[in-house]
Amino acid sequence: MKLRANLAIGGGLTLLSLFVGVFGPWLAHTHPIMDANLMNAELPPSGEFWFGTDQQGRDIFSRVMYGAQISLTVGIGSQLINTAIGTTLGVTAGYWGGWWDDFVNGLTNLMLAIPSLIFALAIMAILGPGLTSLMIALGLTNWSYTCRISRAQALAIKSQGYVQAARVLGYGDMRIMFTQILPNTLGPIIVIATLGMGGSILAEAALSFLGLGVRPPSPSWGSMLSDARETITTAPWLSLFPGLAIFLTVLGLNLLGDGLRDVLDPQSRSRR
Amino acid sequence: MADSNLLSIEDLAVHFPIGGGMFSKPQMLRAVDGVNLSIKPGESLGLVGESGCGKSTLALSILGLVDPTRGRVMLDGKAVGSEADRLEVARTVQMVFQDPYASLNPRQTVRRTLAAPLRLHGVSNEGEVADRVAEMLRQVGLRPDQADLYPHEFSGGQRQRIGIARALILKPKLVICDEPVSALDVSIRAQIINLLLELQAEMGLSYLMISHDLGVVEHMSDRVAVMYLGRIVETGGWREIFEQPRHPYTRALIAAIPDPLTRGLAREKARGEIPSPLNPPPGCTFNPRCPHATDHCRSAPPVLSPVDEGHLVSCWRAEEFAKEPA
Repeated sequence: MKLRANLAIGGGLTLLSLFVGVFGPWLAHTHPIMDANLMNAELPPSGEFWFGTDQQGRDIFSRVMYGAQISLTVGIGSQLINTAIGTTLGVTAGYWGGWWDDFVNGLTNLMLAIPSLIFALAIMAILGPGLTSLMIALGLTNWSYTCRISRAQALAIKSQGYVQAARVLGYGDMRIMFTQILPNTLGPIIVIATLGMGGSILAEAALSFLGLGVRPPSPSWGSMLSDARETITTAPWLSLFPGLAIFLTVLGLNLLGDGLRDVLDPQSRSRR
Repeated sequence: MADSNLLSIEDLAVHFPIGGGMFSKPQMLRAVDGVNLSIKPGESLGLVGESGCGKSTLALSILGLVDPTRGRVMLDGKAVGSEADRLEVARTVQMVFQDPYASLNPRQTVRRTLAAPLRLHGVSNEGEVADRVAEMLRQVGLRPDQADLYPHEFSGGQRQRIGIARALILKPKLVICDEPVSALDVSIRAQIINLLLELQAEMGLSYLMISHDLGVVEHMSDRVAVMYLGRIVETGGWREIFEQPRHPYTRALIAAIPDPLTRGLAREKARGEIPSPLNPPPGCTFNPRCPHATDHCRSAPPVLSPVDEGHLVSCWRAEEFAKEPA
């Protein structure tokens, strides 16, 4: 069954990246920063260095293992912030309408008009570099799509009979938003969040490259990729393995999101 | 005077401001404009009118979801409105919706749909909640073991039964049925109508049966009120309304019921479309469509006045239509 395959592959890949994220330091057999040895610089993958070594002779396998922590934290953290901001604003704007809706719409348009990376740069410049400020910067700049979608969903759902029935039964606005509207907007929001996670991991790479993300010796998949840029023709393994890690993580998250959406929707479950 | 009515609506008007920018005054949409109605305990009132006549707005103001511009709605001796206790209003009046597909939350099982209102209204004993849900399902003709299914696993008729169960789970006294069968297959309509009648007898309910279909109203109502452009134009017992309709609009509606004997040869037709409630015609609001309109009708609005015991008509020429069969 296709539905279960999505969930199994996606869940497996995501679990794998989470496992690496949590246990990476134990899996790596060398220290990602301290074990630099210029004698071993840019060695191709071998029995000793599974993924090869980089310009400073550091073991890429170890760096990928350690990097998982940073990349996943940024990806998940920033998407949590994004989704929280986007759905809160979107659902309330769609449900309440009026001046609040106008205000949220204006804000969303503003966010869409400013290139999010530039905005994130500005926030990073204020907060200073570091993992937490990276999460906040990426979390504050990418909620407009979530907001747009959840607003449209709320707008469509609030005129449904069951929302009116809830009002007739005496439900308050908050209860209606939580029990009637939010569960019915979850499908697309989960998909956007998992897609966005990949985007955040890549944006972290961009910010790290500009020197505003994770500081150079710390390994993150993004910063490893940008370091490997110069050697892509001479030593492709420098970019191949961190790239592969990002690719598999994002693929896993997307499949998982897809599968989750199907499972969470009772209508796609088979009859009895 | 002691009010024996369960619901009494006194001179209710609901106006909505439409449009109006920074420099222009909004226009007033008179959705409901001076309606008097009452329903006694155990009684069914049929409310008939074409779409856009204010039926739904009237229902919303009875439910306390729209505030009246003028007049008041008294439910079980208490005024309904934004100051009223919403939970108390909810326990007195409930609603059955038209579309059984859109009126059930697709992500909630039947049990959740029925149990959540009970909990909200203070039934905290889980055993009692489960018992009442099972009992309610049995009363509407579903099996209690179907409680853990989702709405999409039911047919349209079964979904409407769930909608009825949701309306009755709080044991209300008055149930507003907004076109309860018009979205259903003809073959299922009779079942749902009979179910509503059985439940009325069993639970002592009052109904406000909103419909554009006089055929449904005929089966279900003790009294009938005909609404046109925000006003009641004729009201009376169903026998008077169906056998001796006085208002030309009522006569046109009755003539429009498909009847195998007359082969749909309607003798009186209302011409044209319902006028905009933003700009109602002067005099009797029905005059542009009325085949009997006189100059008097075009200048002075008629008042709802009795022609018989309990039969009120708002038409200048009601006396002339007295003994004529429709």
